[in-house]
Order: sequence, then structure tokens, then C-alpha cells
Amino acid sequence: MWSWVLHRITGVAIFFFLLVHVLDTALVRLSPEAYNAVISTYKIPLIGLAELGLVAAILFHALNGVRVILIDFWRKGVKYQNVMFWIVIAIAAIAFLGFAPRHLSHVFGFEI
Amino acid sequence: MSIVIEQPRSPRSRKSANWEKYGWLYMRASGVVLIFLIFGHLFTNLFLGEGIKAIDFAFVGGKWSDPFWQVWDLLMLWLALIHGTNGMRTIVNDYTEREAVRKTLVWSLWSICAVLIVLGTLVVFTFDPCPAGAAAELLPSFCPAK
Ligand code: HEM
Repeated sequence: MWSWVLHRITGVAIFFFLLVHVLDTALVRLSPEAYNAVISTYKIPLIGLAELGLVAAILFHALNGVRVILIDFWRKGVKYQNVMFWIVIAIAAIAFLGFAPRHLSHVFGFEI
Repeated sequence: MSIVIEQPRSPRSRKSANWEKYGWLYMRASGVVLIFLIFGHLFTNLFLGEGIKAIDFAFVGGKWSDPFWQVWDLLMLWLALIHGTNGMRTIVNDYTEREAVRKTLVWSLWSICAVLIVLGTLVVFTFDPCPAGAAAELLPSFCPAK
């Protein structure tokens, strides 16, 4: 039940991000100045942290999506759905820990 | 007025196609492809090199002067927007009580989806990495103005 709630919330969050992301990227068609002006407003710690949250949301949604697909199509999917939930959390956590220090070093300008 | 949504698992009928079934299949098929597209996108744009710090017009210009990334981003645009919009439609179907409200929201979702797909596709295909008259220091290194 909670995996479903999280899948739904992350799906909605990614959807709204994508709307904004297509619009801001479309600014490259307007002029280099317009694009850079908007992108530079993103280069602040608050947005840097939001990006971290977005990556966490995508990691969970994508991996849990694979779990949903396995539950639907794999004969033993239903039996292992609970184990697979924790595998999803584990892989997402490992990938997140691999990404976060590097991203934070770019956001806050330190070396790792 | 209550809402009637087709069941993805309803038995095959000779009268009409079961669109909910194709939607259900699409969510899964596009999801599998999006894993590669999205994580490849995040890895090259956020992890390699200077990550988020390096993103500016010259970075995008450099990527989209390569047909490989044009096709990559175009596929991602279409698959992700349709997947996301169809997912939002499911959520609207779940939570709306009145048919008129549901219809309006679903119609709005697909309209936004169509506008963004057309906009994004046009941008990817008509984009000029070296626009005339732009400040040279903002352009990718291969532009003649450099
Ligand atoms: C990264 C690869 C992705 C995978 C593997 C994936 C997988 C899935 C799957 C299998 C479902 C269907 C769940 C069901 O029918 O019960 C789903 C639903 C959904 N997805 Fe994705 N997805 C991915 C990316 C995205 C993206 C980029 C967005 C946003 C633009 C998104 C938004 C949604 C939404 C809103 C739902 C509906 C949630 C619900 O009905 O509760 N997904 N996803």
C-alpha cells in the first residue's frame, strides 16, 4: 500500500517537474541569453537540494516500476513482492548515496 | 452521474478496442525504455564532468549538434510526456466524482501534453547551436563566431 502511495506521489512530482523542464529547455530556441538567464536562477542551494529530491523520486519510481512490472508478468512476482520492495529501497539508496556527494560538491562548490 | 472506466482486464469484445488495456501495456513498455533514457540523461548531465554547474546554452548546443542526443531527447520527450499524462489520467479517474470535472481535467492533461510534445519536437529539430548575432562567449566552442 505504501509503495503504491509513494509511486503515485513521485509520479505526480516528476510529471510537474517535466512540464517546467520542457519549457525552460525550449528557451534555447529563443536565445543563448534567455536560456542562460533562467538556468542561472536554478544555480542556488535551494534548487540544488530540490534536484537531489527529484533524483531520489525518479530512482524510487523507476525501480518500483520494475517491481510492478515483475509482479504483473513474473509468475513468482506476487510471492516476492515484499522482498522486491526492500530490494528497490536498497538499490535506490545505494545509487542515491553514489550521486548525492558528487551533486552536492557541484552545488556547494567543494572538492571530493 | 457516476463514472464508468473500462477495465484493462475485461474480456475481449468484438465491438471495440479495449483502450485501457493498451494504456496499461504502454505504461509498462514505456517505463522499461525510460529507465535507460532517463538514467543515461541524468548520468551525462548531472554526474559526468562538472554536473549541474556546467549546464548552459553552450552545453545544450554541444549535445544537440549530435544526432545521437537529438534522437535520445526526442524519444525521452514523447515517451515520458505520454507516460506521465496517462498516469495523471489514471489518478484523475480515481479521485474525481463528477463526470464533467473528470472530462475537463483529462482533456486539459492531453492538451498540455500535446502542446509540450509539439514545442519540444520543434525545438529539437529547428535549434541552431550557433545563432547569428549572439554573444560569442555564450556559444559552443565549434561555432564560427568563436
Ligand atoms: C524511469 C522510468 C519509469 C518507470 C520504469 C515507470 C514505471 C511506471 C509504471 C509501471 C506505472 C504503472 C503503475 C500501475 O499501473 O499501477 C507508472 C505509473 C505512473 N508513472 Fe511512471 N515510470 C517511469 C517514469 C515516469 C516519469 C518520467 C513520469 C512523469 C513524467 C512518470 C509518471 C507516472 C505517473 C503519474 C503514474 C501513475 C501513478 C498511479 O497511477 O498511481 N513515470 N510508472
